[in-house]
Amino acid sequence: MRLSNCTLANGDKRDIVIEKGQISAIEPASTNGDLDCKDLIVLPGFVDLHTHLREPGFEQSETVLTGSQAAASGGYTAVFAMANTQPVADNAGTVTQVAELGEAAGLVEVRPIGAITKGLQGKELASLGSMLNSKTRVRIFSDDGHCVSDAALMKTAMEYLQPLGGVVAQHAQEPTLTIGSQVNEGEISRITGLKGWPSSAEESIILRDALLSEQTGCRLHVCHVTSKLGVELIRWAKQRGFPVTAEVTPHHLVLTELEAKNYDTRFKVNPPLRTQEDTKALVEGLVDGTIDVIGTDHAPHASDAKQQQWDAAAFGMTGLEQAYQVAHRVLIDSGNGNWQRLAEVMSSTPAVIGGLDNHGRIEIGKEANLAFIDPNKSVQVHGNLYSKSSNNPYIGMEFESSVQHTMFRGKFSFRDGEVIK
Amino acid sequence: MRHLLSTDELSREKAIEILDSASQISRLNQDTTRKFPTLQGKTVVTLFFEDSTRTRISFELAAKRLSADVINFSSGGSAVSKGENLKDTAQTLEALGADALIVRHSASGASYNLAHNGWTSASIVNAGDGTNQHPTQALLDALSLRQGFEIKDGEGLDGKKILIVGDILHSRVARSNLSLLPTLGAEVDAVGPGSFSPGCKYANLDEALETKPDAVMMLRVQKERMNQPLIPSDKEYSRFWGLTEQRVKQVPNSLILHPGPMNRGLEISSYAAESENSLVLSQVKNGLAIRMAVLSMILGSKNEA
Repeated sequence: MRLSNCTLANGDKRDIVIEKGQISAIEPASTNGDLDCKDLIVLPGFVDLHTHLREPGFEQSETVLTGSQAAASGGYTAVFAMANTQPVADNAGTVTQVAELGEAAGLVEVRPIGAITKGLQGKELASLGSMLNSKTRVRIFSDDGHCVSDAALMKTAMEYLQPLGGVVAQHAQEPTLTIGSQVNEGEISRITGLKGWPSSAEESIILRDALLSEQTGCRLHVCHVTSKLGVELIRWAKQRGFPVTAEVTPHHLVLTELEAKNYDTRFKVNPPLRTQEDTKALVEGLVDGTIDVIGTDHAPHASDAKQQQWDAAAFGMTGLEQAYQVAHRVLIDSGNGNWQRLAEVMSSTPAVIGGLDNHGRIEIGKEANLAFIDPNKSVQVHGNLYSKSSNNPYIGMEFESSVQHTMFRGKFSFRDGEVIK
Repeated sequence: MRHLLSTDELSREKAIEILDSASQISRLNQDTTRKFPTLQGKTVVTLFFEDSTRTRISFELAAKRLSADVINFSSGGSAVSKGENLKDTAQTLEALGADALIVRHSASGASYNLAHNGWTSASIVNAGDGTNQHPTQALLDALSLRQGFEIKDGEGLDGKKILIVGDILHSRVARSNLSLLPTLGAEVDAVGPGSFSPGCKYANLDEALETKPDAVMMLRVQKERMNQPLIPSDKEYSRFWGLTEQRVKQVPNSLILHPGPMNRGLEISSYAAESENSLVLSQVKNGLAIRMAVLSMILGSKNEA
């Protein structure tokens, strides 16, 4: 198959030739392809380091199949599935099951993340070595949803994983500072009377873990950074050469704490939405390289978990279907960044962190994992089209650009607005 | 007015209208405990997910004085204790024909959700939601202050200096007053130890009283809302922030308020509670009048239309 006249992230126009699922040639642009891509920007398929697929255990909210469909519609060709399923993905059997469900769905590469501690309890280490050496070869470990708050346990996990090449992805949240917390501590907690969630709860753990990464040499990935000071701490750690990478979610880039003022539980999320000053610092960090990747923290919840008074509602919002559009808004539409930076934060850098050799690059000999972007197709969000859950925070917003097609291993997984399969 | 959820929503005119209506009811109630036919045929449910005998009784009596049918619903022993959620409870009560739900809930925003999420079409009166709002309490405080200052109907609390003292962070009473009293023209200062009142510029109540407030509103120390103690000890709190006899004498012209129930000897001394400047009992009495005024305004207006 010849994709003709593709505009690449660097602006070059090329034909991409695909055989047996792989890119077999990249040639000067022509007009005689099987698919004319003259109005499209072709990027390496997106890679999400932070997805909750909910299966096994919470199939009322999402399954590996519906999550894969949502991902494909958002331009993704690989997603890393967080371990907070039921049973928890803290053993070789469960991670292998998740990977197999991903292969069966066949729309994106599903890479399981293993829990750091047994049952996400934060007490004793999970079978890290067994998961790492399982058939699916887990590379990233996280207790996401919970913080590994015990400093000694965190240090041990990092010491254990360092020689094995594992990455520790931390949900930074000092639990004693956030008992019962609901929204950012500040203006919104004052307006709503909801219990405040100080950003220092996050920053204190980021700093501690950065020091541990330096001491142990283990790669640390900081999940969903939300605050200006958090960005500054990561900038400092990187300047010192600590092995640290960082992630920001789409929602923390464009939504602020004030969304919570009407107690609309779609905006209840952990960590909470912060202030406009924070979103500004996060965008700056994303542009200047302090923040390495956009990770969705796609967190689907069935409607009964959200149709509750705020305190009782579940934390989390979906993101796979709009993440690209948010990235486009903050990097391209704003003029702050460019297509190459967008491809880095959405695809090539998460592929490197996650150890995915076949994603993140448009290169001869690699799998044809591609996202096709229509830079000028604006869309109003009415809700999720593929995710099983409807807790979408972007409903009513209009975005300036859309994913037109997605190709996974040489086949379209999403074409002209439809998931194939 | 369809709901009463927060004092933030009240304009000065609306707030004064409620106060005037309540003081009129108060005068009519002076000698007899007569009943008004205003809400005949209306069903009012007191929906209390948190225990509060005082507030529930006050609302119940207010609705009964207005001839409404009153159903008391509390979470203990009901479907709620069997796991029913707020939305289903509200829909059940609406199906039974409730015209108004008077809601007390531990979650901030619960009344807002009931009024705006399309779960029920009944009118909602917030009788306290978490640490957020308790609007009828602030209204009755305002009425008590207006009487205490001998300000006549139709007017606000312009230029009066009110000092709110204590656990501002966990107090829906403080939050409601902090929006209502300035709307009525008062100058309000909220003070307390730093862990109760972040940003407070006084080290103790003596310093705060040097501003010579026209009224001092003491808040209850709500131990049940703290995950862990936010003050070193009761003794230390009363030493620095309690309204002791000595401090009352420091401000002999200031009115004294407390929303009750009082922790005597902690935030307020018996001397203060029973002094001639204390409005504590008139607050309770005004509670009834305010709640009658609010209920007639919310449910009565539908009759007039």
